[in-house]
Amino acid sequence: MTKLDFLLVGVGGQGTLLASDVLADTGLRAGYDVKKSEVHGMAQRGGSVTSHVRWAEHVYSPLIGRGEVDLMLAFEKLEAVRFAGFLRPGGVAVVNDQAILPVSVSAGTDVYPDDGEVRRVLGAVAGRVHMVAGLAIAERLGNARASNVVLLGALSRLVDVPAELWLESIAQRVPPPTLEVNRAAFMAGREAIGAIPTA
Amino acid sequence: MRVAAAYPGTPSTEILESLVGYPEVTAEWAPNEKVALDVAIGAAYAGVRAMAVMKHVGVNVAADSLFYASMTGMEAGLVVVSADDPEMHSSQNEQDNRRYCKFARIPCLEPSDSQEAKDLVGLALELSEEFDTPVMLRPTTRIAHSSTVVELGERAPERDVPGPYHIDPAKYVMVPGNARRRHPIIEERMGRIARRAEELPCNRVEWRDRALGIVTCGVAYQYAREVFPQASILRLGMTYPIPAGLVRRFAEGVRRLVVLEELDPFLEEEIRLLGLEVEGKAIFPRCGELNPAIVRERAIEAGLLPEGARLPQASLSLPPLPPRPPILCPGCPHRAVFHVLRKLKLVVNGDIGCYTLAFQPPQSALHTCGCMGASIGVAHGVARAGLAQKNVAVIGDSTFFHSGIPALLNVAYNRGTAATIILDNGTTAMTGHQDHPGTGRTLRGEKTVRVEPEAVARSLGIERVYTVDSYDLQAVEQAVRQAIDGDGPAVVVARRACALLPEARKTWHALAVDAQRCNGCGLCLQIGCPALMRSELKAASGRALVRIDPLMCTGCETCAQVCNRGAIGTK
Repeated sequence: MTKLDFLLVGVGGQGTLLASDVLADTGLRAGYDVKKSEVHGMAQRGGSVTSHVRWAEHVYSPLIGRGEVDLMLAFEKLEAVRFAGFLRPGGVAVVNDQAILPVSVSAGTDVYPDDGEVRRVLGAVAGRVHMVAGLAIAERLGNARASNVVLLGALSRLVDVPAELWLESIAQRVPPPTLEVNRAAFMAGREAIGAIPTA
Repeated sequence: MRVAAAYPGTPSTEILESLVGYPEVTAEWAPNEKVALDVAIGAAYAGVRAMAVMKHVGVNVAADSLFYASMTGMEAGLVVVSADDPEMHSSQNEQDNRRYCKFARIPCLEPSDSQEAKDLVGLALELSEEFDTPVMLRPTTRIAHSSTVVELGERAPERDVPGPYHIDPAKYVMVPGNARRRHPIIEERMGRIARRAEELPCNRVEWRDRALGIVTCGVAYQYAREVFPQASILRLGMTYPIPAGLVRRFAEGVRRLVVLEELDPFLEEEIRLLGLEVEGKAIFPRCGELNPAIVRERAIEAGLLPEGARLPQASLSLPPLPPRPPILCPGCPHRAVFHVLRKLKLVVNGDIGCYTLAFQPPQSALHTCGCMGASIGVAHGVARAGLAQKNVAVIGDSTFFHSGIPALLNVAYNRGTAATIILDNGTTAMTGHQDHPGTGRTLRGEKTVRVEPEAVARSLGIERVYTVDSYDLQAVEQAVRQAIDGDGPAVVVARRACALLPEARKTWHALAVDAQRCNGCGLCLQIGCPALMRSELKAASGRALVRIDPLMCTGCETCAQVCNRGAIGTK
């Protein structure tokens, strides 16, 4: 049983914590020992949110050290860049193609990194970078809030666990009225990563 | 467990929110941690098991009660949960509350994962009853905000409520004569607990290679296992008092003895007091949280691990990145009030809550924040200094009920001139929307009396009390001006529900900028709402116009009131 260390990063309100719950639950269903740790300080208030999820035969530390992450799931591009140093050399990044501007950028005092910069930074560490149009896909399905599950769908293609186990976890965690759209979001995410050439 | 009481505080809040799901436990929010602990002590005096839950700095508020409870003991188990916050993810300091255990003469238990966080509650209750002492259970943020696999055991059969009340004044009335007789009993108790610590299963030795022996506790145990898979480990689940015999035997069995613990060198000092040679904070940092990467790096520097233990790292040059700190949410009612305070150039003595975030640009309208309830007393002192500038206290509704009331009484009594502004958003927002005495609901969601800050202020002797809608900029400005210009004490209650409350969400609607009227002056951006940003469109002056993100906007209209050109409104 090989270990897998996941780092999820995003902005408060994007569903980062729900996604990490699904990811932790899926690992348990697949027979791993799992630990999950949230670093969310004041998540509702638009700050950076990160969550560590570890799958292994036996997990000790709930935190993953800098430079030790196998798979980074980023719900926002600036946060992907901010936490790029957590990836191990050759690790994989799955990045939502969405920018949420910090107030200092909206006010014109700071500059948001352009897509070239995002790719340069991630490319310097990661073995592969998958950009996924999570928000666009979720909007097409009729619920922008499901973009976190689109990203989970994309991530699921990189992990050797059957789709059914992921879907069972999703069914346990999302509000029942949104189950169908989340199921569709997950499957669309799986297709999206297949359709995008790896960087 | 039959009675549990708490005041919300990160990272302890979820404990009572989970306990409320057990109907056999009476779980209550108290206005502050001292009251919560007194409630738990009372229940334990009456012979039922009880728990008080708080964050680390809450123990400062409750400390007086912790000390008398240590002196009296109880008739049934009492657990005090102190959730410490290394790294200060959501706190003003990172005090190590193991110190309180030594100070107040009570045992300290520290869980290393979720399973132990559950199991040690049971042990704490048993030890509490065996030794007639409160027991502190000390999780840290990394335990409290991590999830690990938990196996549930058999539920202990529910106990009958004992009775009648056991009256024993020599034990429970701490007048000096009784207290003098109790103190030696407490010291003798600590000796017995230390002997019991020698055989507790939560204190255990894991023998591996004898070259390095690590004494560790809490989440640091996990880091030790991860970074030093070959080392021998003494894992202490009870960190005060320490088992001297077990520590000595472990020390004799290894060639180099090192303590790995977060924050203070607490175990290190206790071990050194045994006359043993030990290293700890000379190697590992005292400030902030540990993690495997920090532990590995310091261990290599100290020669505990070979150079080859270093993991490969990519060389990474990051551009300067815009920070993304927590900020006031779109639609936050505090935003409008701070806009007025900044406009009036007041010195603002603040308090603990979401509104503390208004210290940051662009509001930059909060100038002190120390601890719960400090604002009003500090503001009174600032006013007494006699400077020409005017100052106000700003405090939230939950914080006002927590510890603002005695300070406001002081202002009334001494006829203070600093006005108090109570930001009443109808909830304890910062910790995730907990009820409090001003909401009219209990932790169980049951209806109860609703206490109004205005009525409290009047009853304390404040004659001038103004109530305004936080979203109404003009009304807020007028009330604040009246409060600071008049004679004697004054209170302004700025009321508007937190925009994230379910009821408030129902009224959300997006505003839009009229591109014909906007001239890109940027006045609206000064309120610091994340829903407002520069657009691609340019005004005739060349300045970029402002646009509103319809997914974020709640329609509070603070920006619309700030705009001179009437450019912002409902689509």
